[in-house]
Amino acid sequence: MSTTTTTDGERAQPILFRGIDEEGLHTLEGYRRRGGYEALAHVLGAMSPQEVVAELLASNLRGRGGAGFQIGKKVSFMPAGQMDKYLICNADESEPGTFKDRELMQKSPHMLLEGMIIAAYAAGANRAFIYIRGEYQAQADILDAALVEAQAEGLVGERILDSDFDLTLVVHRGAGAYICGEETGLLDSLEGKRGNPRLKPPFPANQGLYQGPTLINNVETLATVPHVIRMGGAEYAKVGTETSTGTKLVSVSGNVQRPGNYEVELGTPSREIIYGLAGGPPEGRTVKLWFPGGSSAPVLTGDDLDIPYDFDALAKAGSMLGSGAIIVVDDSVAVVDVALKLAKFYKHESCGKCTPCREGTRWTVSMLERVDNGLATPMDLDIMASVQEQIIGNCLCVLGDAMAMPIGSMVAKFRDEFEAHIEAARTRNPFGDEQPSPDPVLVQGAAA
Amino acid sequence: MKRKKAGTRAADQAGTNGRGKKARGTAFDGHEGVSPIPPVPRFGHGSRVPGWDDAADLRKDPAVVPDAATTPVPADLRAEIEAHMAKYPDHRSASIPALAAAQRHHGWCSPEAIEQVACVMHLTPGYLFSVATFYDMLETHPVGRHSIFVCTNISCSLCGADDLLAAVLEAADGDPDLNIRSFECLGACDIAPMASVDGVYVGPVALDEVGTLVAQIKAGEPPLPAKQLGHRAVAEPLAAIPKGPTTYGGQMPEEAPGPPAPVEQQSPIPLQDEGQGEEGAT
Repeated sequence: MSTTTTTDGERAQPILFRGIDEEGLHTLEGYRRRGGYEALAHVLGAMSPQEVVAELLASNLRGRGGAGFQIGKKVSFMPAGQMDKYLICNADESEPGTFKDRELMQKSPHMLLEGMIIAAYAAGANRAFIYIRGEYQAQADILDAALVEAQAEGLVGERILDSDFDLTLVVHRGAGAYICGEETGLLDSLEGKRGNPRLKPPFPANQGLYQGPTLINNVETLATVPHVIRMGGAEYAKVGTETSTGTKLVSVSGNVQRPGNYEVELGTPSREIIYGLAGGPPEGRTVKLWFPGGSSAPVLTGDDLDIPYDFDALAKAGSMLGSGAIIVVDDSVAVVDVALKLAKFYKHESCGKCTPCREGTRWTVSMLERVDNGLATPMDLDIMASVQEQIIGNCLCVLGDAMAMPIGSMVAKFRDEFEAHIEAARTRNPFGDEQPSPDPVLVQGAAA
Repeated sequence: MKRKKAGTRAADQAGTNGRGKKARGTAFDGHEGVSPIPPVPRFGHGSRVPGWDDAADLRKDPAVVPDAATTPVPADLRAEIEAHMAKYPDHRSASIPALAAAQRHHGWCSPEAIEQVACVMHLTPGYLFSVATFYDMLETHPVGRHSIFVCTNISCSLCGADDLLAAVLEAADGDPDLNIRSFECLGACDIAPMASVDGVYVGPVALDEVGTLVAQIKAGEPPLPAKQLGHRAVAEPLAAIPKGPTTYGGQMPEEAPGPPAPVEQQSPIPLQDEGQGEEGAT
């Protein structure tokens, strides 16, 4: 259980995490006891889809999955008219360091379902999917059970709560691929293909799943929708800062004493999240660098801890809020190790569709390995930085950028350490332990 | 030099799970009726020449949708796949759940399993194989019955995941029944270092618990019951949270753990005052 604090020192009430650890909240009865599905009843009984969209616009609720796009605007982009429209909840939470959606789905699955039904009503969608990553087996089981309960009570299905609104909802389990968290990769994967991203435009709001207009939102965003309706858009917008409204679930992990999910008001100083809530790094250590929004966000250093934690302040500081995952790295860790770990992850997860990302991630790993085993020169750092520049913006999706931005920022901000690392590794190991073959010769079955 | 490289690469594969890159050249070896296919040609430094892990037998025609008359499909598997297909407007959407079902049935996405899914879904085996090779959780090579996925991504590795993986590999001692591999962020960094044991998240796993963990898995018992994710509250209780205004420091209770260095701030950072928030930050 976590809280937020406001400027006058009073604690703001948590919105999403209010009583989250309550026994039985994951059941329909437990959720109803807390006023669950009242927002849905109000929406279906007294509001038109346009009024719901207006509330969402008034709340200025921004997407919590990474891009921070306003959900109200996204919904309003959906074309009007009679056609098959789709709503997808992106529960493929695979950004390293992020585990907030897991917590929400596990402990309050009905909050997500209610938000999805309201969002589908606003968008005019009659089919909804939850694309949950395959690794979250327990959470998918909980969602399935919640869905069965909701269907039995007439909350999902035909003529929901005696209105004219129909919705079928499917919990779709993925099978382990980071790229399927990217919205167009997710679409392909949900269509039963390899999860390769698509060229945009057309954007999913025009041509998404099965070529139909599709609204895709993150778990946390959709779970916030009932609260926006309950509080009223204007009231919700009073929480947080002017351009980053509301509260945010922040997953704090890495070298901190109390890793976990915390709900904070957007605009809370980052220092308070890292030191106050998560306890800061272990005794005697200091924050060397931190990722403010998952491993794809450019890193910030210990000097940047006083930046307010909201979308715009972090963007101004050259990073991003992303999925709201703070990964703290303390001064006992070599920055090269962090960079190598990251680069290997993105190399493995690159789907291979676009050359800059497929080759760029591979070469970045190779160069970082050279740095690590003493074969590199400081010139390699420049080459590495140039590779990052050539990835950014040149691919269909941002997976390559997601590696290029943090690696580029690490090289820029910790160049001295990279150079010292190269020097130390070379002194330690003057010949290198793995010289590349000078002349690649084609041989049969060399690896066998 | 080359021999050493091959060794390190094999170790890498045991650790970093290249998609379908484990046990190169062994695909389909366990399948009856397939002639041994020569190994893939490689450059001296090890990279693949044609771009595929396993050589395709170009003498054969591409496989078509299997004939239902000659492809027996277990009734329960067929029922499960058809139930998945019925959920979607386009039945192809069920390819991942169907392959997962076949994998549960057969242990891995064997050629036989893929044939059966292809038969029920009216798709070619090639299409399904392309899907199966894309996703980490679909196994295109035979694996042990119990999966132990150790998360070695950044948060977990900061908390010692690489040591954990090494300890698990050592404790397992090459047991073919255990499918141990490093896995990308499993979304449980709050219990780092952690592992997913047959889908059950456990953590933080201390190195001296690894022996118990592996023994429990081998005995078919629930892994480290006290450390399973389901038992964890969202975060630490309120007592840990500093009271008072947002500036960290000054007005904290004496006994609260503080940052190593005092925070020298003149005024609290305004949160909602327009414009000033950002100025105060920089």
